[in-house]
Amino acid sequence: MFPLSISRVEISVKSKKLLGPINLVINEKGITVVLGANGSGKTTLLEALHGLRKLSRGKLEWSVPNSQAAQQQSFVFQSPIMLRRSVIENLIYPLIVRRISKSIAVEEAKLWAQKIGLENKMSQQAPLLSGGEMQAVAVARALITKPKMLFLDEPTASLDGLAKKTIEEILIIAAKGGTKIIMSTHDLGQAKRLANDIIYLHKGILESHGPKEDFLNSPPSDAARQFLAGDIVI
Amino acid sequence: MNEILQGLVQAFWLVISLDTELIAISLRSLYVTLTALLISTLVAFPLAALIVVTRFRFRRVVIAILNALMGLPPVVVGLLVYIIFSRSGPLGVLGLLYTTSAMIIAQTVIITPLIASVAHQSMRELWADYRDLLISINTSKPQRIGTLMWDSKRALITACLAGFGRGIGEVGAIMIVGGNIDNATRVLTTAISLETSRGDFSLALALGFVLISLALSVSFATHWFGKTERGGLW
Repeated sequence: MFPLSISRVEISVKSKKLLGPINLVINEKGITVVLGANGSGKTTLLEALHGLRKLSRGKLEWSVPNSQAAQQQSFVFQSPIMLRRSVIENLIYPLIVRRISKSIAVEEAKLWAQKIGLENKMSQQAPLLSGGEMQAVAVARALITKPKMLFLDEPTASLDGLAKKTIEEILIIAAKGGTKIIMSTHDLGQAKRLANDIIYLHKGILESHGPKEDFLNSPPSDAARQFLAGDIVI
Repeated sequence: MNEILQGLVQAFWLVISLDTELIAISLRSLYVTLTALLISTLVAFPLAALIVVTRFRFRRVVIAILNALMGLPPVVVGLLVYIIFSRSGPLGVLGLLYTTSAMIIAQTVIITPLIASVAHQSMRELWADYRDLLISINTSKPQRIGTLMWDSKRALITACLAGFGRGIGEVGAIMIVGGNIDNATRVLTTAISLETSRGDFSLALALGFVLISLALSVSFATHWFGKTERGGLW
């Protein structure tokens, strides 16, 4: 499936350019963190890579046909989307969609419920959970299909320390298990903890992509330097 | 005032004495409307869901027509069905005029747009929530339709009740196509109409009270089995 090559990708809405042109190659291993201020195009980039956004220009190429690549990806949204069903029914949903038998799906879902510490809330309605619990369910539901590629759009943006830690631990284990992760975040601490490499976006333009250390030690632009220093980047 | 009281007393005695004619008429009313309701839901629910998840050229026109058809005058529907099934009409050979089948057809035409419209409204809101997730999970169109219908089942029950209410209380169309024939096509509403014109107000009222209690019991039964208003969000 990898590498994913992105060439001259642009996204515009009503002739206003939101993103690009982006040239990028995504490889199989590790966690890539997308950093940037609000409105820098992080969400748009992730949605475009996942196929949720129509490209205005350029192309995205997986090394396998797109339909096959689509089966191997998951996406976790910034505000978790819960089906109006119980926790366990949310967790088995992607497996049922892939025509896996319900008994196998339920066994798998129980394991995931344990991993996210919700084994006692499996029959509770998912939209009634707390924000952190919902996001944990969303991450588990994304990983239950064992995707090769997982996108997360600021998954811990509104969560407290403990909820953040639970999700980060799951992501680290998933990455070790061979799932490529691309996540966007505002949280520099999180980027330092998780990232192998960092993509830095500023006003829709990709300013740098490289190993975490390179970005942290020698930021590619004034905007990036300000971002690292914790200043307000406009 | 006296007549209302007399009607209540007579209704009470008719029900207590298990009046055979009353029972036959009530069961016929239920049979006609419930059959029409069943056919309508089989058409309306998938149709509404399909309109929600599909983008096509005249989508807004279709929705506008659907909403307009909610106000379809029953008498006109009755007249059209009458013409179609009358001896010289295009489907006259079927010999359905003045049978319960013709009444079912007329009621189906009347309540299908109503059910489809209410169902469409609620599923559209759910789709706004679910859209990104269901596309991200790579669901097929039938899977999306199934998920929307399942997760908005409470709203669909309400749509059914609205359809049932419109059907069971309807008199114009079934009078024309059914003919209010004793022991064959007489139902509660046509019987009430007949007794009123004959001047037997207390019997008409008695039948009216039976009709109201029938509608109420169906509504209560649906809520009871559907477990609405008991725990959870919906």
